[in-house]
Amino acid sequence: MSAPNASGWKPGTPVQDHNAMAGPDTVTGNRALMLEEPLIFEIGTTETTGVDLPEPQSGSNRLGGLDRSEKIGLPGLSEPETIRHYTRLSRQNYAIDLGLFPLGSCTMKHNPRLNEKVARMPGFADVHPLQPVDTVRGALEVVNELAHWLIELTGMHGVAMSPKAGAHGELCGILCIRAALEARGDAREVILVPESAHGTNPATAAFAGYRVEDIPANADGRVDLEALKARLGPDVAGVMITNPNTCGLFERDMKAISDAVHEAGGFVYCDGANFNAIVGKVRPGDLGVDAMHINLHKTFSTPHGGGGPGSGPVVLSEALSPYGPLPFTARTKDGVVHLVEEGNAAEFEHTKAFGRMTAFHGQMGMFTRALAYILSHGADGLRQVAEDAVLNANYILRSLEDVLHAPFGHSGPCMHEALFGDKGFAGDISTLDLAKALIDEGYHPMTMYFPLVVHGAMLVEPTETESKAALDQFIGALRSVAERAKAGDESLKTAPHYAPRRRLDETLAARKPILAWEEPNPPGGAPSMSEQGGR
Amino acid sequence: MRYLPLTDADRSEMLEKIGASDVDALFVDVPEEARLDGPIHGLPMHASEMAVEKHMRRLSKKNLAAADAAFFLGAGAYKHHVPASVDHIIQRGEFLTAYTPYQPEIAQGTLQMLFEFQSQVAHLYGCAVANASMYDGSTACWEAVAMAGRIARGKKRKVVLSGALHPHYAEVVKTMAKFTDDEIAHARPAMQAAPDNDGLIARIDEDTASVVVQYPDILGRVTDLAPIAEAAHAKGALLIVVNTEPVALGALKSPGEMGADIVVGEGQSIGVGLQFGGPYLGLFAVRDPKHVRMMPGRLCGETQDAEGKRGYVLTLSTREQHIRREKATSNICTNSGLCALAFSVHMTLLGEAGLRRLAMENHRLACIAADRLAKVPGVSVLNDSFFNEFTIRLGTDARAVVRKLAKQDVLAGVSLGRLFPDHADLADGLIVAVTETTTEEDIETLASALEEVLA
Repeated sequence: MSAPNASGWKPGTPVQDHNAMAGPDTVTGNRALMLEEPLIFEIGTTETTGVDLPEPQSGSNRLGGLDRSEKIGLPGLSEPETIRHYTRLSRQNYAIDLGLFPLGSCTMKHNPRLNEKVARMPGFADVHPLQPVDTVRGALEVVNELAHWLIELTGMHGVAMSPKAGAHGELCGILCIRAALEARGDAREVILVPESAHGTNPATAAFAGYRVEDIPANADGRVDLEALKARLGPDVAGVMITNPNTCGLFERDMKAISDAVHEAGGFVYCDGANFNAIVGKVRPGDLGVDAMHINLHKTFSTPHGGGGPGSGPVVLSEALSPYGPLPFTARTKDGVVHLVEEGNAAEFEHTKAFGRMTAFHGQMGMFTRALAYILSHGADGLRQVAEDAVLNANYILRSLEDVLHAPFGHSGPCMHEALFGDKGFAGDISTLDLAKALIDEGYHPMTMYFPLVVHGAMLVEPTETESKAALDQFIGALRSVAERAKAGDESLKTAPHYAPRRRLDETLAARKPILAWEEPNPPGGAPSMSEQGGR
Repeated sequence: MRYLPLTDADRSEMLEKIGASDVDALFVDVPEEARLDGPIHGLPMHASEMAVEKHMRRLSKKNLAAADAAFFLGAGAYKHHVPASVDHIIQRGEFLTAYTPYQPEIAQGTLQMLFEFQSQVAHLYGCAVANASMYDGSTACWEAVAMAGRIARGKKRKVVLSGALHPHYAEVVKTMAKFTDDEIAHARPAMQAAPDNDGLIARIDEDTASVVVQYPDILGRVTDLAPIAEAAHAKGALLIVVNTEPVALGALKSPGEMGADIVVGEGQSIGVGLQFGGPYLGLFAVRDPKHVRMMPGRLCGETQDAEGKRGYVLTLSTREQHIRREKATSNICTNSGLCALAFSVHMTLLGEAGLRRLAMENHRLACIAADRLAKVPGVSVLNDSFFNEFTIRLGTDARAVVRKLAKQDVLAGVSLGRLFPDHADLADGLIVAVTETTTEEDIETLASALEEVLA
């Protein structure tokens, strides 16, 4: 095997006595660049501030006698201390900027920095959502231009831009379906969801008042069309299907599924989490989809930010578009882009909206980034994105299927992610152990134990923004830990060994939840804040 | 294409390894009749960084930025000064390009930050526990209503909304309630100096699961929440308090102190910026820790690692959709992580002393503005009490006045006609917000412009 590190460092350099090499404990708890950092509550004080603001002046008080006299308990730090605190914390995070982030279904691709710059332009970052529309036409044009390309790329009829994230978009789509059914006086109660679906799908359907039933899968890892057809009937409002699905496979029968659902009077919701695999190659609208959310933070690379904010516009078919929520943008023939809200929906003949999902117009900061992404890639680049994403995943699948069990490896090529299972791991060594060992190799682990249909599932999504050298090094690392798992290497059970923390006790966290800082010994006699305020 | 590292030579080598003749062979499962054979219709080919930047800048320039106007908009989004360090920190790649901290050993940065954030929000709200954030204030508000419904175990169906709740928040609640069969009792806002608490209390009955009140309310008024909490609790209902301006809580008693059970709000004011409405930051907290397991959204908790070192993890996830699927407390699958970081950094820079000064500076300038505008002929100030936002009546359609003044780069406020298009009798109302970024010169500009247009 070639060295998995391009610098020439070779694995297996023998270190006989790990303890002797480990060095002494340090008095700070730090280990060179691995720096421990206390909580702001332990290093800040309520008197310190890193912002220069005027001392309160005497003047009128119209607070209705509700002045806050009790201590709030918010610690402050000076600016240099603040920068250092958060910089130290940042270094305890793994990130795309540090290396390949093969988290299946999450699409951790490079975040172009141009998009950050664009989002911060004052005309986008420093405008209020309720400004008179004549002062925000450019912002509305961004929303409308992005909406236009999302419709083009998906072959759909309309798009609801306001949903705040993928799951919010799912809810939007399902509510459109419900509104369309209610409009024709058709009370249906069931949404069908494959077992392999993201957890948000059944949660969304239940939240919208539907009963959730499973759609069985066939041995290929795809929806069992015949079983689905047999279940369809007058009680089925719709199906929620992920395509490409969470096993990393394209649902070949998508069009037949849509036709069958439509014939039975239902609607087709497509979870678009994996749209990045097919953008520019095939349009969901051509496969009969009625609604699909698009995770701008996946396909169009707006940053994940350590857990949001996301953005989940929902493209809609002609049948569902009339029910899309307010507000939205519309371009009239004179080229002017309008904001359609409760006050002017009738002028725009949009009187059947199911309502409003959020206070304002959606994730503007994500729209600017996504639009810059689409324009940067262009028609040729977006196709290349899908092709390279799929190529990279297949390269991983075929480079590792001799050492890791690939349950659907026989089903043909995968799409943008490669799925493996834990078959063949020795003894009690689990997927979790392998994942934690991958951390020691300098990688974020893949998605684990999802989809639920594969035992000990490992879902690997490299994305298109990895070089071949980066893929080869990752393959080398994963091969090595897989071999150790099969050989029963017990050191996997205690991995990671080199991360800022060893395995964390999640049971303890849940059994005795500590969810907020509490002062160990509340000092009496601290000056009350109103005294400090000196009003 | 600058974002795609593979070379043609790489691609050929990889296809060979895979055993595929060309890349289309990998898309064999896509039905041929549905495959696009050429580039996407109408979309230009890839563009340079310079070209895209130019296009976006052109669109940006078509907008009037808040900093370039005399600016008085609020009503759920406020213009505050955000220290430069905040944007620097949230652009660190280790925060910006990290994922949800599901692998805690290599995500302690995000996790510790979230623990600190939760603690800051809990303190600010006077609550025991806050979650790791929601999409925004309006969705947090609906989630609170849904949570109160879960606590009532479906035995109580009614939700009493204050007429002075932000109308867009009320719309979100009503939209979602259509699908959950909750009964929404909503009133219209009363144009009075003080909110109609007696009317609100009279609408609470045995079937009420929750009462939703905004503080300060949409018209900027502040009111003692304790009597409302008492009345709600007497009927076995929970009091949900919505706050859209967290800076206010540097000057005003916290909702938790006055008996609110669930406190939710918009955190945008601290660290996040205006951004044309999003992304924003939903804050969500409960006063009583016994309600924690009913909460929606992510929670970060303290624990220990295998060596006994303190560390943090996402916890109590058995409430969440990825574990419970259709039985989850919410379908939410994210938080507003980077906005929470911005909030937390800004709040750390402020500290309690800074927050209190910031709040008093906002209030001082708002008082000056209210006094000055009251002197404009035809203008009257509605509020007895306010923090940094109050309502004036113009005696004429405020929406038209706002549009007129915008042409002179004066963004005068949010008209009630924009917010309540169905209530013609509110049309002369204008909500005026004043923050530390407002100068006395701006106030004078607004007052003279109003004098001119109302003359």
